[in-house]
Amino acid sequence: MRIGIVCPYDWDVPGGVQQHVRDLAEALIAQGHHVSVIAPANDDSPLPPYVVSSGRAIPVPANGSIARVSFGFLSAARVRRWVREGRFDVLHVHCPEAPSLGLLACWAARGPIVATFHAQYERSRALSVGAPIMQSALEKITGRIAVSDAARKSLVEHLGGDAVLIPNGVTVDRYVEAEPLPGWPGEGGSIGFLGRMDEPRKGLPVLLDAFNLLAPERPGLRLLIAGPGDEDDVYARVRPEFRDRVVVLGMVSEEDKIRAYHSVDVFCAPNLGGESFGIVLTEAMSAGAPIIASDIPAFSRVLGEGEAGVLFPVGDAAALAREAGALLDDPRRRAKLSDAARTAVRRYDWSTVARDVVRVYETVAVTAGGVVEDDRTR
Amino acid sequence: MTEILVAIAFLILAAFYLSWRASRLDRLHTRVETARAALDAALVRRSAIALELAASRRLDPATSLLLAAAAHEARTAGPDEREMAESDLSKAMRAAVEQPRFRESLAETAGGADTLNELDESLAKVVYSRRFYNNAVATTRAARRRPLVRALRLAGSAELPAFFDIDDDPPEIPPTGG
Repeated sequence: MRIGIVCPYDWDVPGGVQQHVRDLAEALIAQGHHVSVIAPANDDSPLPPYVVSSGRAIPVPANGSIARVSFGFLSAARVRRWVREGRFDVLHVHCPEAPSLGLLACWAARGPIVATFHAQYERSRALSVGAPIMQSALEKITGRIAVSDAARKSLVEHLGGDAVLIPNGVTVDRYVEAEPLPGWPGEGGSIGFLGRMDEPRKGLPVLLDAFNLLAPERPGLRLLIAGPGDEDDVYARVRPEFRDRVVVLGMVSEEDKIRAYHSVDVFCAPNLGGESFGIVLTEAMSAGAPIIASDIPAFSRVLGEGEAGVLFPVGDAAALAREAGALLDDPRRRAKLSDAARTAVRRYDWSTVARDVVRVYETVAVTAGGVVEDDRTR
Repeated sequence: MTEILVAIAFLILAAFYLSWRASRLDRLHTRVETARAALDAALVRRSAIALELAASRRLDPATSLLLAAAAHEARTAGPDEREMAESDLSKAMRAAVEQPRFRESLAETAGGADTLNELDESLAKVVYSRRFYNNAVATTRAARRRPLVRALRLAGSAELPAFFDIDDDPPEIPPTGG
């Protein structure tokens, strides 16, 4: 198929949607499809061969933070030309509710259009105010995808209608091999955590409480923590005599993140809930880290009800300490869990996810003719 | 004089507005028809796969009979029984596919892995196309409920599209059976 993908956010700046678009595009290309991506980017920045620039990104406030988007006559003209010259069988826009290329592409094209909704919106104001402006563009969308239950709920509540759920994938191969960080995992055992330190739902305090229970009996045990947040809050929860055994990396690069997964004997996901899928968990599984995770439904499903990782009762620090201790003492069980995780995570690999997305493409592209420029809006 | 000009301007604007509303409705009806065609294609494809499986001699005769009967019912059902029959086919396919070791034993037969893939694909496409169709129906029905559209009969003689409500839950895939 000839597929045109519209990425609304700056290609030069890393972000969840950009990574999604890149991984999807590369998975589709690997399956033999022709893919062209249009995205905001500096004209002189190096782009992969399948990306076309729509012009420089402009930072605007959106959904409580700053989004780097692309709009205006110049961008609209570039999108229109890209649609006309692309002769796509299907057009796939991302975040058409953002004031950026997705909306412009819906405006400039007609034919089979698929849209993926990524964001969840706490406040409905912006979406509801914008609904009449977006109406005719959004009405052209034939198939809608949401990447999480939360995104789907936002869509249903604020824009009406429904969407099919296709979660984010993980590019398993990217995580398989990496050098551990210098000095890790070490002799005395180590436990890892990755995620926002200051977001209660990520459950870091549960792990810190468990560490306080484990540390006295295991003088070599160390904790490796990566993710944005305030490290003082982390240290405040650890007993003073154990603080030098807790290493907080803070924000890490993509490369160091992968190395962190390979640096620990046990990877812990102590989330208290709210996680619809657990991208961190699938990344850790791809790296083959032995996992211990809270038994929230999403994690339990991803980990095959405990076959591909140990589950402990959500929020129970004593149970976590007990299970983690048993796991640290049993290298054979860790190796078995590691293998099981690598096998189970294949289901969440981008190649599998891209197959579902292609099924959506084929569902909407039933009429001949493909995507054409919409003359009515010229 | 001014009043006449204002009245003319008003009439022109009103005409433009109404024509825009009517063409929007027309677009929405086209979208419903396209989505319906996709849904019908997906349902036909699914029953074809069910029949093919039933006739393939790869399954035990009881499972084959179950699938063949349900697929036949779905294909021959009249408009009023269609939703019921398609739901029954979903249930029959779930019952067949969720048998212990169904996937494994089918995958071991010649060409079985491809058949499994086609089966999953046809089931997923029913879910997708039905959701897209019902979305189009909901948008169109909301547009046609507007007072102006009803008073001026802007929708013309087009029939009010109906939702397609069936049970189309696909079979459970065992957690680690990726």
